[in-house]
Amino acid sequence: MSAVIEGHHDDHHHHGPAKGISRWLFTTNHKDIGSLYLWFSFIMLFIGGAMAMVIRAELFEPGSQIVSPEFYNQMVTNHGLIMVFGVIMPAFVGFANWLVPMQIGAPDMALPRLNNLSFWILPAAFGVLIATFFMEGGAPNFGWTFYAPLSTEYAPPTVTYFIFAVHIMGASSIMGSINVITTILNMRAPGMTLMKMPLFVWTWLITAYLLIAVMPVLAGAVTMMLMDIHFGTSFFKAGGGGDPVLFQHVFWFFGHPEVYIMILPAFGIVSHIIETFSRKPIFGYESMVYAIASIALLSFVVWAHHMFTVGMPIAGELFFMYSTMLIAIPTGVKVFNWLSTMFKGSLTFETPMLFAIAFVALFTIGGLSGIMLAIAPADFQYHDTYFVVAHFHYVLVPGALFSIIAGVYYWLPKWTGYMYDEFMGKTHFWLSFVSVNLTFFPMHFVGLAGMPRRIPDYAMQFADYNMIVSVGAFLFGLSQLLFLYVVLKAIFYGKKATGQVWEGAKGLEWTLDSPPAYHTFETPPNLESGEAKA
Amino acid sequence: MALFLAPLSFSAWDDINMTPGVNAIAQEIFGLHMTIFWICVVIGTLVLGFMVFLIIKYRKKEGVEPADFDDNPKLELTWTILFALILVGMAIPATSTMIKAYDDEEGDINILITGHQWKWQYEYMEDEVSFFSNLTTSLDARNNIAPKTETYLLEVDEPLVIPVNKRVRFLITANDVIHSWWVPDFAVKQDAIPGFINTAWTFVDEPGVYRGQCTELCGVYHGYMPIVVKAVSDSDYKDFIQGKRDLKAQQALLTEKLWETDELFAIGEEVYLKNCVACHQVNGAGIPPVFPALAGSEIVMNDKGRQVEILMEGVQGAAMQSYAEQLSEVEIAAVITYTRKAWGNDAGGDGEIVVPKEILDYKNNKL
Repeated sequence: MSAVIEGHHDDHHHHGPAKGISRWLFTTNHKDIGSLYLWFSFIMLFIGGAMAMVIRAELFEPGSQIVSPEFYNQMVTNHGLIMVFGVIMPAFVGFANWLVPMQIGAPDMALPRLNNLSFWILPAAFGVLIATFFMEGGAPNFGWTFYAPLSTEYAPPTVTYFIFAVHIMGASSIMGSINVITTILNMRAPGMTLMKMPLFVWTWLITAYLLIAVMPVLAGAVTMMLMDIHFGTSFFKAGGGGDPVLFQHVFWFFGHPEVYIMILPAFGIVSHIIETFSRKPIFGYESMVYAIASIALLSFVVWAHHMFTVGMPIAGELFFMYSTMLIAIPTGVKVFNWLSTMFKGSLTFETPMLFAIAFVALFTIGGLSGIMLAIAPADFQYHDTYFVVAHFHYVLVPGALFSIIAGVYYWLPKWTGYMYDEFMGKTHFWLSFVSVNLTFFPMHFVGLAGMPRRIPDYAMQFADYNMIVSVGAFLFGLSQLLFLYVVLKAIFYGKKATGQVWEGAKGLEWTLDSPPAYHTFETPPNLESGEAKA
Repeated sequence: MALFLAPLSFSAWDDINMTPGVNAIAQEIFGLHMTIFWICVVIGTLVLGFMVFLIIKYRKKEGVEPADFDDNPKLELTWTILFALILVGMAIPATSTMIKAYDDEEGDINILITGHQWKWQYEYMEDEVSFFSNLTTSLDARNNIAPKTETYLLEVDEPLVIPVNKRVRFLITANDVIHSWWVPDFAVKQDAIPGFINTAWTFVDEPGVYRGQCTELCGVYHGYMPIVVKAVSDSDYKDFIQGKRDLKAQQALLTEKLWETDELFAIGEEVYLKNCVACHQVNGAGIPPVFPALAGSEIVMNDKGRQVEILMEGVQGAAMQSYAEQLSEVEIAAVITYTRKAWGNDAGGDGEIVVPKEILDYKNNKL
């Protein structure tokens, strides 16, 4: 790797950030916007998490506990919406903002003003969504999948605000994706060909295309809902000749690629971390790229595996079963590549590596339960039970969320210039690791034993496991307060970090100071002479 | 994982695994589930075991340099093919089970199942018998005032009764939102969708009581619409159908009877507690704006005609459904009378009562 050191070019009209609140409101700097996204997502994590705590408190024992069934449904719905659209997605966009320019040697994102706009409409969207709690009729209560006609003819009046909020979130994602794609395709340092790009950049390039492809589909779904509710159309109204199942097809045509939007950037983050702490280049870079691309392509032809019980013809059932099973191949390739990267490496286990290893292990469990769910006839028994809840929480919590936490520990010293407290980080890891399994592993069993999802109260035979799950959930929730503490402690009292930070870290971002200057790579590094593969 | 779950052996195996079921197809699905499950356990154990090995074996040591290889195309191709073969091995039995489960030939008995917010309606198509099945678990039990029984939330007033050793076909639909009819022991889970009729079937050998629940979020009381199926001998089944027919005839006669206000009020209170409290609440206060209050309502106090109409037709675009088929004429008249007399409505309004004959007339005028 050639030495590419960011120098200070005094002839350039160099300026630092503006002062006070206007720095954040009007910023077009990718680092500032990255931080805004990450803090926003962090705050939403605690709001969505608090809702999960309400859910688990209600389910602690059989019988009505602390909230009414109506409020319980509002919690279930908003917990899902906030975690998906307010936590996981913005966190990954935050990573993209911070890292894509630094990893490809670009000075900033290609469209900085658009970048500012795509962030600042997000708090507006979630402001609208959360405001519905204080309106007549209460917040949306039809599940994050908002199946019609429950979300149209039978919805509370606030559904219109919900539709508006979803539109804004979609606009934000689409603008963000355009920015990422434009940046990656046009602003790479000379010599960085596509197949030399760091894997995180690759995962985001593909994720951005997925977002552009499916966000308009979601917008279409909610617009049809709006028309049905206010303008007398019958897209989803059986009484008017419409089709409630159409809603599910449209929703899941968005929804399944959406699932991969929430996991592909995680693959990128984890690849970098495992490589660094194995002190060995990533195994099978090319097959990693092809695997990501095939997962993305397959995500468009598997949507109806969420709908095995709607009464599809058998040809449909079989097609969606086979196509879903196919996804196991590229996913398996990735897991084996990570293991092969560790093979004959020189491993150390700092906090980011612990979270990354836990990601691979627990994501594998989520993947295997995914194969079970793909088996259509068996899915008749699994569908809409806690088995499904266990499955998707395994891929989203110890999956996506762990990768985000790992990434924060990994790049925090680079972003802030300060090291976090390693002992506290490891404590956070072990608490999270134990409690996440305590929360989600028993859900497999209650699901198989027959507990439907989204119910505020349950039959007696599910009592023991639900109590364990609730205890695990409370512990997991509390552990994340420790995460906040570790991050704040690093920022305010951390030891100075070096530019390299980690012994084995490779890639352009590690050639910069910690923290990097406000503007970096104003002159692109020239990589033509050397390798810049992450 | 197995280690920390070991102390939890207080739960029986049945409580943590899929039910093997009571008919051939359920048993086959159970077998398929266990096959796939064990394949996944083996793969998972190998992968996680290998990972633990890597973590122990290759931790950083003084003087040991990491290797620097970064691919091995032959090895990568080998495991890709291996994954594909495992998947084909899973797909073959899955396909054959799928084909057996998807069999929509007519049954010996055909039952139309309709999901309503929040109860199931069962209609025996050949015998023209129809009834609704409501949760019977008391509010006190749900609110932790009364003790909870073993069938807490899984008990209904009128179970679906089917004969053993007959092919029973279910035609499943819904009246309002999407529900899903699930009885784990039959491996039948089929969405009930307004405007669609889905089919499923079962063939039970052993008499018994089988319980399930609605599995598609269908609104606020989604967790409170269980399914209970009683499989009985053929002769018991015939008696059951005959009993239902006799009851229908008796109820028709009751509309002729002369009714006292107190009698209607007493029946009405019972009907109200069973059918109406979920939304309109025990004290008639409702949960505005979604579920309007009946206490002090202008319609309930002074507009008898409109109230009958609402009960008979339901309210478009709201959760209020038509009760014309769910309740008998006597029950509808009684529950209207009850709401017009209770919660001080009789003092504030005209206090008129409704008798069963009026409901019958309403029905006849419509025809």
